Amino acid sequence: MSLVPGGRVIEPGSALKFLTGDWRSFRPVYDDKKCSHCMLCWMYCPDETILVKDGKMNGIMMTHCKGCGLCAKHCPKKAITMIQE
Amino acid sequence: MEHKDIAINGDYAIALAWKQVDPDVCSAYPITPQTIIVERFSEYVADGEVNTEFVCTESEHSALSLCIASASAGARSVTATAAVGLGHMWEMLGTTAGLRMPVTMAVTNRALSAPINIHCDHGDAMASRDSGWVMLFSENVQEAYDNAIISMRIAEHKDVQLPVMFCLDGFILTHAIERMTPMETKDVKAFVGEYDPVYPLLDWKNPVTHGAMDLSDVYYEHRYQILEAIQAAAKVAEDVFKDFAKITGRKYNSLEKYKCDDADYIAVCLGSTFGTIKVAVDQLRAEGKKVGAMMPRLYRPLPIDDIAKAVEGKKGIAVLDRFMTFGSYSPLYEDVVTSATSLKEMPKMYSYIYGLGGRDVKVSDLESVYNDMIGNKSKKVNHLGVKL
Repeated sequence: MSLVPGGRVIEPGSALKFLTGDWRSFRPVYDDKKCSHCMLCWMYCPDETILVKDGKMNGIMMTHCKGCGLCAKHCPKKAITMIQE
Repeated sequence: MEHKDIAINGDYAIALAWKQVDPDVCSAYPITPQTIIVERFSEYVADGEVNTEFVCTESEHSALSLCIASASAGARSVTATAAVGLGHMWEMLGTTAGLRMPVTMAVTNRALSAPINIHCDHGDAMASRDSGWVMLFSENVQEAYDNAIISMRIAEHKDVQLPVMFCLDGFILTHAIERMTPMETKDVKAFVGEYDPVYPLLDWKNPVTHGAMDLSDVYYEHRYQILEAIQAAAKVAEDVFKDFAKITGRKYNSLEKYKCDDADYIAVCLGSTFGTIKVAVDQLRAEGKKVGAMMPRLYRPLPIDDIAKAVEGKKGIAVLDRFMTFGSYSPLYEDVVTSATSLKEMPKMYSYIYGLGGRDVKVSDLESVYNDMIGNKSKKVNHLGVKL
């Protein structure tokens, strides 16, 4: 095993490779018909899993979403619902 | 080269060593009997004799935290503490080693509370011995000064990259003035060399993260790397001792032995007691008693094989702990006994607890340890000088 002493991370942006989606026990389900693209989900997400295209909500990066449910809690349009994995 | 001897106490000797090194950062919180190390060093800073960034923190926990941060940034960092100050640092001791920061620290051994006591014993160092720090002990002021310089070379070696604490007995060495031969400043600077940090945070072109979360898939492996590094420190220390002898003529060993080779009875101790016990050994030798003494100068990593070899075939080994473990055997005794388990036949081994809270240990006390062993009067665990 090749590990950097001290657990240092010497490659910037390597969190992308750490698939924290494994931790999830609840998954967010996104309904684009209800979405107003207010981007509150993007602001509240503690990771960076809300995908954005042309300034609009464009789905959720499930490889990194831990299922915390903050996006669903704060969505004023109830466009995100949490369901058990 | 000719050197002028000076009269100096152990704390000022360390401040002098640091002045000659001119480290990048010194951060500390005062605690007796360490205070006058950083007090004297702060005068060097104020007088512009060093370029060191001197930081007064609000506690020892913060002092070591700051050293970890400055070492992470890429700065050669030093600190000093004692007793409950070292206890207050305890959380950050493991962090320093775990993050592989080659900080060096003077520990002026003082008893732990309570009852509160400012005098010498090894309770502080012993409570810290499993933190992943390399540990050196000093017999006298000269050795305290030398260890301040030597420890930097060990800590910063690429095979080690671990913090080093070098210990000197509180008051007995910190405040007693002894004759000492300092090195020339240019020799000190050449010996420690230019600091070359590993993955420093201030290397803008190669951004890194220190202190990231380490989960169950890699934590054990990173801890194992600390083990490999401290094992590597055994050879590095011997190499550094050799280099140091070339410049100063003072040759140190991981396991210091005094008249052990033909001895039947050996006592093992740490710190200034090793100086006192040499006198006891000489006096008993004059009476025809074959006794010797030894001190693992390099206490972590412990020179296990050297200890086993040194005690092989002896009639009795007394291990003197200036610290008392409550509810089990004391640490140096455990270290020596377990080192000897590789032998076909283990010698008789006795634990002597002594000198707690600065209780004076005299030559006659140490002679009694040998005479107890010779007269078959030693118990498995003995409390030297306790008034019951």
